Amino acid sequence: MDFNFTLQQEKFREELREFLTAEVPVEKQEIFGLLTEEQYQFGREINLKLAERKWLAVGWPEEHGGGGKGPIEQGILAEDMGYWRVPKSGSIGLGIVGPAIMVFGTQDQKDQYLPAIAKGEVEYCQGFSEPNVGSDLGSLELRAERDGDEYVLNGSKMFTSYAYHANYMYLLARTDPQAQKHRGISLFIADLKTSGISLTPLPYINGEMAAQTIFDNVRLPLSCLIGEENRGWYHAMTTLDYERSGLWRYANVRRVFDDFVEFCNGSSPDGGQPLAEHPLVRHQLAQRRLGMETWKLLCWNVAWMQSSGAVPNSEASVAFLYGSEERLRFAEMAMEVLGPYATLRNGSPMAPLLGNIEGIHREAMHLHGAGTTEIHRNIIAQRGLGMPR
Amino acid sequence: MDFGLTEQEEILRHSAREFLEAECPTSLVRQAEESGEGHARELWRKIAGLGWLGISLPEQFGGTGGSLTDQTVLFEEIGRALTPGPLLTSSVLAAQIVLIAGNDDQKTALIPGVISGEVILTLARGDRLETASRDGGLTLSGDSLFVPYAGLATNIICATRPAIRAWPDTTLVLVDPKAAGVTMTSMESIANYPQFLVDFDDVPLPDDSVLGQTAEGMQALDLAVRRATVAQCAETLGRAQKVLEMVVEYAGHRVAFGRPIGTFQAVQHRCADLRVAVDGGRMLTYQAAWKLDQGLTADDEVSMAKAQAGMLSRLATEAGHSIFAGISFTVEHDMQLYSARAKISEANLGDTEYHLDRLAAQMGS
Repeated sequence: MDFNFTLQQEKFREELREFLTAEVPVEKQEIFGLLTEEQYQFGREINLKLAERKWLAVGWPEEHGGGGKGPIEQGILAEDMGYWRVPKSGSIGLGIVGPAIMVFGTQDQKDQYLPAIAKGEVEYCQGFSEPNVGSDLGSLELRAERDGDEYVLNGSKMFTSYAYHANYMYLLARTDPQAQKHRGISLFIADLKTSGISLTPLPYINGEMAAQTIFDNVRLPLSCLIGEENRGWYHAMTTLDYERSGLWRYANVRRVFDDFVEFCNGSSPDGGQPLAEHPLVRHQLAQRRLGMETWKLLCWNVAWMQSSGAVPNSEASVAFLYGSEERLRFAEMAMEVLGPYATLRNGSPMAPLLGNIEGIHREAMHLHGAGTTEIHRNIIAQRGLGMPR
Repeated sequence: MDFGLTEQEEILRHSAREFLEAECPTSLVRQAEESGEGHARELWRKIAGLGWLGISLPEQFGGTGGSLTDQTVLFEEIGRALTPGPLLTSSVLAAQIVLIAGNDDQKTALIPGVISGEVILTLARGDRLETASRDGGLTLSGDSLFVPYAGLATNIICATRPAIRAWPDTTLVLVDPKAAGVTMTSMESIANYPQFLVDFDDVPLPDDSVLGQTAEGMQALDLAVRRATVAQCAETLGRAQKVLEMVVEYAGHRVAFGRPIGTFQAVQHRCADLRVAVDGGRMLTYQAAWKLDQGLTADDEVSMAKAQAGMLSRLATEAGHSIFAGISFTVEHDMQLYSARAKISEANLGDTEYHLDRLAAQMGS
């Protein structure tokens, strides 16, 4: 057992923190539940600067524009970026699309897509869910029909985060409706400028603008297919297990938790005794401190497994499930402790912590991304514990 | 960063599991419980022969000199098998006090015996234990509750309240349980766990009784308690892991409504939640062990591990009795052995609330 980073990893973390301290002043840091266009663009700029130092894709091989390090360094980056509350961008390309192309892509696809991701120049969105398809993703309906040198796509994708900033969509489509459901799906990358793709705005409760993405006779060249036709389900599921540490999400919440503890130690929104002097509050803070530590370790366990060459599967679900529920426990606890002040949004002069608690409570309703909590429990039980289906 | 076990630790885990599966079946656990001693002498002798009682004690006294991580691996297996006997009390908690506070003579007199299993140490604590100087020597008076394995102990370490001005520090003294003025009464605990009320009625102490300096024992006591707390967490973890395996196995073949109950999500999700808690407990426990091995105080880490262990215990008990259902309500079924010991471990060395309080104090609040 070793819970330390190597000296080189420590040095990387120090350099990264110097960079973040200099480049990300507090007033530029993201506030939960309030993602402005300006903040998103600021996040993109930071990514470009990280890429100049080969830090953005620090865990990728150098041949694809990465830093040539590993999952631990990628985890350090995620944890610190999350803690500094740098508005998030580029994560789907870096975490999901890039690794998939490295494994299943042709050389041409690697050359075309990977360096641009590593440089922070492109944004991806993900096209998995559909209006009628969520947890049972294998039943997806968006059709891709082969027509000569092209695939023709018809249907729609739902809950497209980053749609309005993305250049490409990484998507699953049905290529063989006759086959057993998981065996008739293929993986594509679609340029969102392609004619026939349109977006319908879908505002989220966390302040983010997502979309429903409509495909109306969208023609994609064959070179947009990633991996083998009709093997897309298996390709996608394999690569979903790559970037699953969840350290960014953990650190994002941890920062607000730490701020909240400091707030409770020194003050009370109504000017009375510091909140932390109340025994019930102290107790709740300690419980969440324990929860945060557990969450952190479960995330690092995933990163460590990756660094040792293992492919985390149920372990990633353990970390993700724990994180979704711990974030909600913290949000509920902080809302309760702040009483009516917790209902004040960012912008209200009396809102504690710039409204971050109210914002994180809305963010915590995100109990479904990358699988609902129920789906993660199914994965842990069936794949992790080998329980019967 | 490396959360895996070394090859040697894997071997230790494997051989400990194999040994205990063969030598410590639940029939033996039940015998030890029914005897009222909470001890299995033949097993104790074999365990000592394997060197387990000296796993983290120095080689110069006959120990293995292993790390706290080794000890954690071992105690996971000890918990898993519900191993009876004062392993934690004597070979970890009390032995560490002697090792940290004692002088060379005291260590030489006691530690080799702890390792061979012939010496059994226990610890008596409490506000009502007082040492006082009289006729040039020390005497001990007062009583202490919840003293584990006092009935088997060859020596009792008493953490006593020294002269009033030195409070809240403590004077650690070695007491012969057979000395005149020492009486003990079994406290009648869950699963016959041997806890005693020990009364000391003006017990004169020999000159070499004090471990370390008078009124300077707190530091040694704290450090030993921290190490023992990690072992207690490991024991809890091993037991919870075993309960998880038992319920998953049972749910795989117990049929209801025409299908194995393990196919029902209500059952699967209970198991998944226990798995999450087991994984969390493992990370927290090994982190605490590792930090102590690095010579760090690890106050927060130990408290977090122990607070979580209490919650893990409760979850395992609930999952076990809920999935095994009716049959686990019978004395004949083994689940009750796990849930009874879970409660003892939870209360031992500070429960969840106690450790959350400590944690809160560290958070500046």
